[in-house]
Amino acid sequence: MAERSFKKEVGQLRIPAGEEFRGEGILAVTKALLQSGVGYVAGYQGSPISHLMDVLADAKDILDELGVHFEASASEATAAATLAASVMYPIRGAVTWKSTVGTNVASDALANLASGGVTGGTLIIIGEDYGEGSSIMQERSHAFAMKSQMWLLDPRPNLESIVQAVEDGFELSEASHTPVMLEMRVRSCHVHGRFITRENRRPAFTLAEALENPKRDVGRIVLPPASFAHEHEKVRERWPAAVKFIRERKLNEFFDGDEDYASDVGLILQGGLYNGVIRALQLLGLADSFGNTRIPLYVMNVTYPVIDDEVLEFCKARRAVLLLEEGQPEFIEQNLHAILRRAACATVLAGKDVLPMAGEYTTEVMRDGIAAFLAAHAPHALAPAPTAVASPPQPAAVPLRFHPKIAALATVVPARPAGFCTGCPERPIFAAMKLVEADLGEHHISCDIGCHLFSILPPFNLGATTMGYGLGAASSAAFNVKGGRRAISVMGDGGFWHNGLASGIGNAVFNKYDGVIVIVDNFYASATGGQDILSSRADNPDRATNNPIEAAVRGVGVKWLRVVDRTYDVARLRDTLEEALTTPEPGPKVIIAQSECMLNKQRRVKPIFNKAVKAGERVVKERFGVDADVCSGDHACIRLSGCPSLTLKDSGDPLKEDPVAYVDASCVGCGNCGEVADAAVLCPSFYRADILHNPTRRDRLLARVRGAVIGFLQRRRAARLAGSAL
Amino acid sequence: MMNRITLHPGTPIRIAILAMGGQGGGVLADWIVEMAERAGWWAQTSSVPGVAQRTGATVYYLELLPESAAHAAGRAPVLAMMPTPGDVDLVVAAELMEAGRAMQRGLVTPERTTLITSTHRSYAVAEKAAPGNGIADPNKVVDAGRAAAKRLLCFDLQQMAERAGSVISASLFGAIAGAKVLPFARAAFEDTIRDGGVGVGVEASLRAFALGFDAAAAAPAEPAPLDTARPLPDVPERAASPQAQALLDAVKRDFPAAAQPMLVAGLRRLIDFQDLAYAAEYLQTLGTLRELDERSGGSAHDWALTRAAARHVAVAMSYDDVIRVADLKTRGSRFARVRNEVGAKSDQLVYTTEFMHPRLEEICGTLPARLGRRLEKSKAFGGFIRRRVEHGRRVKTGTLTGFVALYCAAGMRRFRRGTLRHAIETAHMHDWLARTTRIAAADYALAVEVLECRRLIKGYSGTHDRGDKRFARLMDAAEQLLGRADAAATLHRLRDAALADEAGHALDAQLAALLRGPFTPPQETRRPGHVAA
Repeated sequence: MAERSFKKEVGQLRIPAGEEFRGEGILAVTKALLQSGVGYVAGYQGSPISHLMDVLADAKDILDELGVHFEASASEATAAATLAASVMYPIRGAVTWKSTVGTNVASDALANLASGGVTGGTLIIIGEDYGEGSSIMQERSHAFAMKSQMWLLDPRPNLESIVQAVEDGFELSEASHTPVMLEMRVRSCHVHGRFITRENRRPAFTLAEALENPKRDVGRIVLPPASFAHEHEKVRERWPAAVKFIRERKLNEFFDGDEDYASDVGLILQGGLYNGVIRALQLLGLADSFGNTRIPLYVMNVTYPVIDDEVLEFCKARRAVLLLEEGQPEFIEQNLHAILRRAACATVLAGKDVLPMAGEYTTEVMRDGIAAFLAAHAPHALAPAPTAVASPPQPAAVPLRFHPKIAALATVVPARPAGFCTGCPERPIFAAMKLVEADLGEHHISCDIGCHLFSILPPFNLGATTMGYGLGAASSAAFNVKGGRRAISVMGDGGFWHNGLASGIGNAVFNKYDGVIVIVDNFYASATGGQDILSSRADNPDRATNNPIEAAVRGVGVKWLRVVDRTYDVARLRDTLEEALTTPEPGPKVIIAQSECMLNKQRRVKPIFNKAVKAGERVVKERFGVDADVCSGDHACIRLSGCPSLTLKDSGDPLKEDPVAYVDASCVGCGNCGEVADAAVLCPSFYRADILHNPTRRDRLLARVRGAVIGFLQRRRAARLAGSAL
Repeated sequence: MMNRITLHPGTPIRIAILAMGGQGGGVLADWIVEMAERAGWWAQTSSVPGVAQRTGATVYYLELLPESAAHAAGRAPVLAMMPTPGDVDLVVAAELMEAGRAMQRGLVTPERTTLITSTHRSYAVAEKAAPGNGIADPNKVVDAGRAAAKRLLCFDLQQMAERAGSVISASLFGAIAGAKVLPFARAAFEDTIRDGGVGVGVEASLRAFALGFDAAAAAPAEPAPLDTARPLPDVPERAASPQAQALLDAVKRDFPAAAQPMLVAGLRRLIDFQDLAYAAEYLQTLGTLRELDERSGGSAHDWALTRAAARHVAVAMSYDDVIRVADLKTRGSRFARVRNEVGAKSDQLVYTTEFMHPRLEEICGTLPARLGRRLEKSKAFGGFIRRRVEHGRRVKTGTLTGFVALYCAAGMRRFRRGTLRHAIETAHMHDWLARTTRIAAADYALAVEVLECRRLIKGYSGTHDRGDKRFARLMDAAEQLLGRADAAATLHRLRDAALADEAGHALDAQLAALLRGPFTPPQETRRPGHVAA
């Protein structure tokens, strides 16, 4: 079960041919895959392409009807290796993941795939997680395209172009026997737009047909001497075939400019930057809202390979061109320089000299870069042109950011990074680690990818490194030496199944690693949207779940293993951690800390609870609270929790200046705050309120009896107070 | 070859929505798209949610353009995927600091931008974690908004949503409609909610929408600053009980008007904590301090010393002991407050469970002073308590056994003045007031600061110990500073440093600087946690 249900979106996959599709970019890609007659789709979820996987997971019926096989792969390496089905058979296959991290994981299989080449079209849809909102290192997928020779599509970010790129991509792949990568930038994945649909197509050749008619060709396998031949084949056959296809099918686009400027200058850009470039030109008075531009453009919807002849055609007629290429190294710019130099073309090529080498190319950055380029090579373009159209209001040259009152905001506007959700079961694990630190001192902690990585942020401030998904335990491997303190590694259940079982646990057993490994088992791949994994507890009709991590860990030979099946038991977790850090027992000390991801749990139990309430069943809802008059306003509880629902409010007491802790209505009753207050011996101000819905007659009777006695005593004491009240 | 290019008219409306993950910024963006498309507009939205979905700050960006313009141009529009600073018509912030962030990003400009923001706060971890008060000044944002926006609308849209039983996206949508910044009628907004909703949520959303709409429609041209003042208690004409009247009369007769509100608060606290006699004792102590204040020229300082003492002596005398906690937990008013806070309906039953963790110190503190002291030192008793008693206890206050146990503990108040804890607290207070008295003769302002330092002592167990130690260090510093012209200001800074972080790094650094020589104020640093985005 994923975080969002896509049952509604799945309906859009059935839109008949010729009708308008309106929706999110990633959904349009999914529709385009079906229109292309894809035979199988696989992948590993992660922003920004999680939705593609989630939609397909929810689209079982339609996939079955079309005969399309879908797999949620164990990792990106698995997904890439899945493409092997298209090596010998004319089956179109698509895989998807978050890049560049996923491409790193997949690159072994990709390199093998690209070496031998493909028969059926293979499309690798990469969610390029770059720029604002990104959660990974800032690198380019472009390098992978170059090193393994796969073609890289970067279409203009409108749904028409993106859908067209999917269909073209398969054809290009088949025409050149080469895998094709389709780069989807974060905003393109989430853009809402429209396109006219075509009919969904059944795969022309099915996986079943392939199984029944197996084929092999040693020449396609990466073994000498074939592997040496592959390299030559790549440059002699596949490259020219691709160039021919790209030219003939006009995958790259030329946009005419105004004849006043066309002989002077032009812009070359990655397709994905197109909308931003048009807006930048518009802000300079050189374009309108419909893509009409005075400056001519050469839009590279295929950013690899670069088509030499197209580049020369565009450059030869002009004195200077500007290349807009996001990210570094500036591969395309270097490539263009080589093309111009070899052709002895004197056209000036500007690029990273007027644009920043690193960082996201925002509209503002590109506007300034284009303005600098035009000022040098076509200053008349920047002079206000007589125009029939009233030019739209232009932003001030100097943004208001420098206004003293706005600069002063730096002292009040807090950083707001992502953090653990309300009620997150991972929070108590790190609260326990803080308590262990207080008892045993600081330890080296290796983190992993996943929600648990938020432990590096306040209020926990735990963790020294993160080396990659599932590599938490592996990244402590060197610390397998005798010392006063053991290293602690953290790994999520998602990372565990992705590769951590072998790279971390197996490695630790084999090398007699002496440290502590905490596996956070929250029943889902939570950070990527709550997808099911091997150890998920839910019954999934399409997948085999309920395979416990504990069995796998024991299976690879771990002897010291503790399972804490309720992470909210902070004291028990603390004691377990302390035991693991101090036990004389050799070998890895593995703790599996289990509780269900609260986001998913709420989605699961809320409807059940509401239904029970409606049906008149006796149900108890738990919530936590703080007695404002008992709370002293020190906020130690917050420093060990950070729960969004544990917040502050005015004490309401003139004698108490500092705000007191307060649990707001978003509390889900996980109990972490009370457990922490207890385990850390903080204060008695927390309470749990059990709200009993639909009490039975017995409940009501008992409540009446209790109320009578308690009420009597309370009134007695209140009367005494009232007697002396001021 | 090429021709002249004709640029066509048509400028999209640019909208940025700043929200935190989980606030429904995406829902709001989808509503606007839906409404615009029904009205025959091109609408594009995009965002970069990523992990920001998990409570982080994020931006949704929209552009809207009439389809008629696209028809006239003969081409589909090319719309931007991200906001350009200074080029946004409408900025909507789902939380006050996110409005601040929008301005920091340059999205708000006086020529163009309507800025609609909710004034409610969702405090950042750094604000919440400060041991004192780390909450940022909201009026800096409102102030900047007045300078940066063409029009600023700010009101508590979160509270409106809660009042309507809905979520903030609905009241924000209403505020956009009410601000009349988009070319769509109210009905178009409401139809969007109606048709996009899922059954039960629709009515609540429409109520929240209406509240937001009305607030925006009636919004003043210039919003007033947010009221962040903490009101002082009123000094009543008459006391609620005849016994308290005498104390009230004494306050009015013997004390300057400036100190009276805090004295009333102090008396109320101590009557509530112990009894009238204890409150009278407090007033007597304060009387002595008022005389000291007068001798030291307090009238020229608006009786700062008496005012500070009125607050802190009351807090010191009403220390949090087991008796106090048991009392507060068992009151009828508390039962009612809990019901209210958890939103229980009349046909529902509510039972509370308290998380208690009595330690040896607390148990001994409740015993008669001499016995308590002896047992505290006894290894056998201490071991017994640690093994048998000192662990987390869950007390159910709604059951008879749980309630009666706490009720009886609260009833021990009649023995309180004989307890070990009382002896410790009283001795501590006498030391502190003696120091204040001594210092006041030489440095009035420093004496006031010495009183204010009492703010550091709060909480229970480890928290209390830590506050106690810091307080002691500041008292030593006060002695050291005595005689210096900047003594009071320096102690004030040290007090702020002591409240800045739990580990005490800020205080260590400042104390070290102080010991090295003449105190030089450190370079102005940002308050902890208020790191710019």
